[in-house]
Amino acid sequence: MNISDYLSALLLIAGGLFFLAGTLGLLRFPDIYTRLHALTKADNVGLGLMVAGLAIQADSWAVVGKLLLIWGLVLLAGASVAYLIANGALKRGIRLWRR
Amino acid sequence: MDRLYLILTLFLLLNLAAGMWRVLRGPSAVDRMLASQLFGTTAVAILLLLAQLYEREALRDVALLFALLAAVTAVAFVRRLWQSHEHK
Amino acid sequence: MLFDALLGLLLLGLAWLLLSCRDLFKAIVLFVAFGLLMAIVWVRLDAPDVALAEVAIGAGLTGALLMSALAKLPVDNPPGRYSNEKTHWLLPLTLALMLLLVASGLGYALWSLPVIAPGLSGEVAANLEQSGVSNPVTAVLLNFRGYDTLLEIVVLLLALLGVWSLNSLDATPATAEKPANLVLDTLMRLLVPLLILVAAYLLWAGANSPGGAFQAGAVLAAAGVLLLLAGWRLPTALAGLPLRLALVAGPVAFITLAALTLLNARLLELPVEHAGMLILLLETFAMFSIGVTLAALFLGQRPQERGGSA
Repeated sequence: MNISDYLSALLLIAGGLFFLAGTLGLLRFPDIYTRLHALTKADNVGLGLMVAGLAIQADSWAVVGKLLLIWGLVLLAGASVAYLIANGALKRGIRLWRR
Repeated sequence: MDRLYLILTLFLLLNLAAGMWRVLRGPSAVDRMLASQLFGTTAVAILLLLAQLYEREALRDVALLFALLAAVTAVAFVRRLWQSHEHK
Repeated sequence: MLFDALLGLLLLGLAWLLLSCRDLFKAIVLFVAFGLLMAIVWVRLDAPDVALAEVAIGAGLTGALLMSALAKLPVDNPPGRYSNEKTHWLLPLTLALMLLLVASGLGYALWSLPVIAPGLSGEVAANLEQSGVSNPVTAVLLNFRGYDTLLEIVVLLLALLGVWSLNSLDATPATAEKPANLVLDTLMRLLVPLLILVAAYLLWAGANSPGGAFQAGAVLAAAGVLLLLAGWRLPTALAGLPLRLALVAGPVAFITLAALTLLNARLLELPVEHAGMLILLLETFAMFSIGVTLAALFLGQRPQERGGSA
């Protein structure tokens, strides 16, 4: 293990923790909007960290490019779906959670 | 490094299994839909880790396809089902 | 090892939940998750070609198709509708016995398999040089057993004809067009060109790495599904002859080639020196037809033609 290995391991594990946070949010948060927040933010950051960790290990720039493209696409899908669902839920009068 | 990849794929699969609880529990259709969105992202991460582990470029193509198509089912839900059925 | 065991257990559990659940929407989400895990299983079985097809069909088409179908069903779908019907105790018993028989038969067949089955992969590898491509899966699908692929494409076309002929049964009015949505529009404008690009990439890559006409066609179809979901409709000028030509391009290309090779009295046996080129040509037509056919299946009815009746 050299220094870049340690760095990428750190990023990968951090990414895994964000995924865990996303899943916990999905299971524990009280309403649609908060769950949406947990999913589309935490998971996309988790994937981003994992992509960064894997990019350090990649053999070629083509692989790095493909990894970044995949992350960008997931971000695009996540953001659009989050908007569509939140917008739809608001229009249907699903109420926001209050303590 | 290989061991870390393996542990992380297992960890992510467990994450996915935990998310299944939300699909079963609901309560509303939107909640189930959200859980399946989580599965998509998790599967992309698992595939990328496996691609690095086995050094197979084709697995990144599978992940790329997942990422490209991640929105289709959710868009179908919002545009078709939600409108007509008022699944709450 | 642990990963595979968990994957298998999850898959079995999902299959059980999916079959036993009465809420149709829940069943759809479970089915989508099932397809996703199945793709990972194919990856673990070292079959990335099948994984690509599973992802393209499962994530791009099936979910959207099932949701649209559910949207067309009557709204009141009481969850417990089937539970009131009393069944005689003999029925479950007979079913259980038959299932047990089938299961034990399958178990026996599996048990009596040779431990190391050679299969045909050795023969494929030995003849790979003559096929014109270096991806063994493409070599088998488009060259060694080209007639299989020909028949599969025709089956897809037949399915579409079946759907079109059921058109008159569709009594539910189409849901009113929703107003365009800026975010959805932007998403579509970004994704559709990329999907077409990736389809071309998969088609090209199919010659020497996982990919090919079916995967590429399914990706094209997903682009069509997205367009349809965003409210786009096929221009009526294209719905008549142009659409039909697109639908039959693949089968016609295949059948033409079959007829030409028949002149040499060898059905679909490609000449070695042109095999690579011919395969790419065939796959291009096939991809086009598969994509259009699958998207038309999603539409679920014959598109409105100019001047004619629907």
